[in-house]
Amino acid sequence: MPDAELPIMVARNVHKSFGPTEVLKGIDIDVHRGEVLCLVGASGSGKSTFLRCINHLETIDRGVIVVDGQLVGGTVVNGRVHEAAPADIAARRSRIGMVFQQFNLFGHLTALENVLLAPMKVRNENRGTALERAHRLLDRVGLHDRKDHYPGHLSGGQQQRVAIARALAMEPTLMLFDEPTSALDPELVGEVLDVMRDLAASGMTMVVVTHEMGFAREVATAAAFMHDGRIVEQGDPHQVITQPRDQRTRTFLGRVR
Amino acid sequence: MSSLRTSPDLDQLVALSDTRPVRRRKPGETALVAVIAVLVAFGGAILFTNPRFDWPTVGRYLFDVSVLHGIAVTLELTVYAMVVGIVLGVVLAVLRQSASPVARGAAWLYIWFFRGTPVLVQVLFWGFASALFPQIGLGIPGGPMLFGVDTNLVVPLFAAAVLGLGLNEAAYMAEIVRGGLISVSHGQAEAAGALGLTRMQTLRHVVLPQALRVIIPPVGNQVISMLKMTSVVLVIGVRDLLGSVTEIYSRNYRQIALLIVACIWYLVMTSILTYLQSRLERRLGRSVSPMRSPQDA
Repeated sequence: MPDAELPIMVARNVHKSFGPTEVLKGIDIDVHRGEVLCLVGASGSGKSTFLRCINHLETIDRGVIVVDGQLVGGTVVNGRVHEAAPADIAARRSRIGMVFQQFNLFGHLTALENVLLAPMKVRNENRGTALERAHRLLDRVGLHDRKDHYPGHLSGGQQQRVAIARALAMEPTLMLFDEPTSALDPELVGEVLDVMRDLAASGMTMVVVTHEMGFAREVATAAAFMHDGRIVEQGDPHQVITQPRDQRTRTFLGRVR
Repeated sequence: MSSLRTSPDLDQLVALSDTRPVRRRKPGETALVAVIAVLVAFGGAILFTNPRFDWPTVGRYLFDVSVLHGIAVTLELTVYAMVVGIVLGVVLAVLRQSASPVARGAAWLYIWFFRGTPVLVQVLFWGFASALFPQIGLGIPGGPMLFGVDTNLVVPLFAAAVLGLGLNEAAYMAEIVRGGLISVSHGQAEAAGALGLTRMQTLRHVVLPQALRVIIPPVGNQVISMLKMTSVVLVIGVRDLLGSVTEIYSRNYRQIALLIVACIWYLVMTSILTYLQSRLERRLGRSVSPMRSPQDA
């Protein structure tokens, strides 16, 4: 299978500004199938912004991001990247799962309905097929007995696990995690990391923005340290996290440990 | 505590533990009740001793066929005008949230115009639409008409009334819906977008259902106020409840009695709507449990 050799996600020369502030100053990185890339760095270093650019929640000013062989937010016409049609963007996003810091479960739907919505509305699956998968996924994140609860009646850790099941329901080729445990009480972090660890072990390709260095050391297959809109160090997670070469990486890791 | 213990009557006080305390009289309250009683008595006396109220006539026309027909017209106007108002109001609210400055500007202009002129004037305008545009059809502006029909045929008075009331209502509804849309956190739309839902699907399945909780209570008020506002269509000759009674009293000159008939029916209808509204709000409040912050569940 020659496709297995191609990276699932390729970012080249990605630039992004908010008004006069340049938050991404040329990001280059590849993610291969089955890889778990942890993006670490101080707040404001641009790591969350870069993650949001991968599924086009933020537009980029320059550069390309290719996921599964396609530009997420653009279409090439006569050698130039044009903004893609909204329907195309939606279709490409549907193959990229995203988990947010604030969970963002749909408040008017039960856990089960949260997992069912996108497969039924976006992929037009029949209820039986979607239901079968939703039950299986809620079981996988250990919340089958909470399937009829509304998000307001679930703990933060439970909400985040439902959010992971909701993203998996679209059978994504790539999962993005934006500080998935930062809004959780310390005692609830473990249950979410367990689900992510299990997901990584099953071969899911993941890009994770996190401050959980223990998780990064244990689960990541690659790590990148971002500082001031640039990747200053990337590669083997043990090297980046345990024996960083860059002074800025060392200073940051000294603070979070 | 210490004074109680040293009191020689302690046993006497303890012996009272089985009795109920006597409520303290509030002189202000008593006076208020007296004043209201006198006013009600006077009011009642005037209502029933002044023969010009003409209660027998009120009774005779309360269930008159043309009055009942007028009630039906009033209810129809209310329903149609609210449907026009709500549908157009949602469209305007979405346009006002749009990324396009042209769309936002157009919605703003609409709301500015329809909130800035009296509904009575707007209804009159629609009633006289045939004077402004004698023909409706396809043509070149300022040039010849290629195909057209008489405005009076396409826009009968009833439709003119619905348009006048509904287009005015849409301007108010737009602001109510916009408030509801704003109340739904942006993360909800982002999560829907990340799952691959289109903007329309996100609006329909994620944002609007959650906005309803905020939108429904004020819409109830709008329905009640629309029911009464429909009476302005009298000016273009639509025979709603008020139109029917005025038509009757223009023949028999029993204005007061017939206006009382109209008031009774308006009160009956608004009372029913108020009751329904309070039930709906209670149900809404029950189904939506208070959202706890993620940490304290």
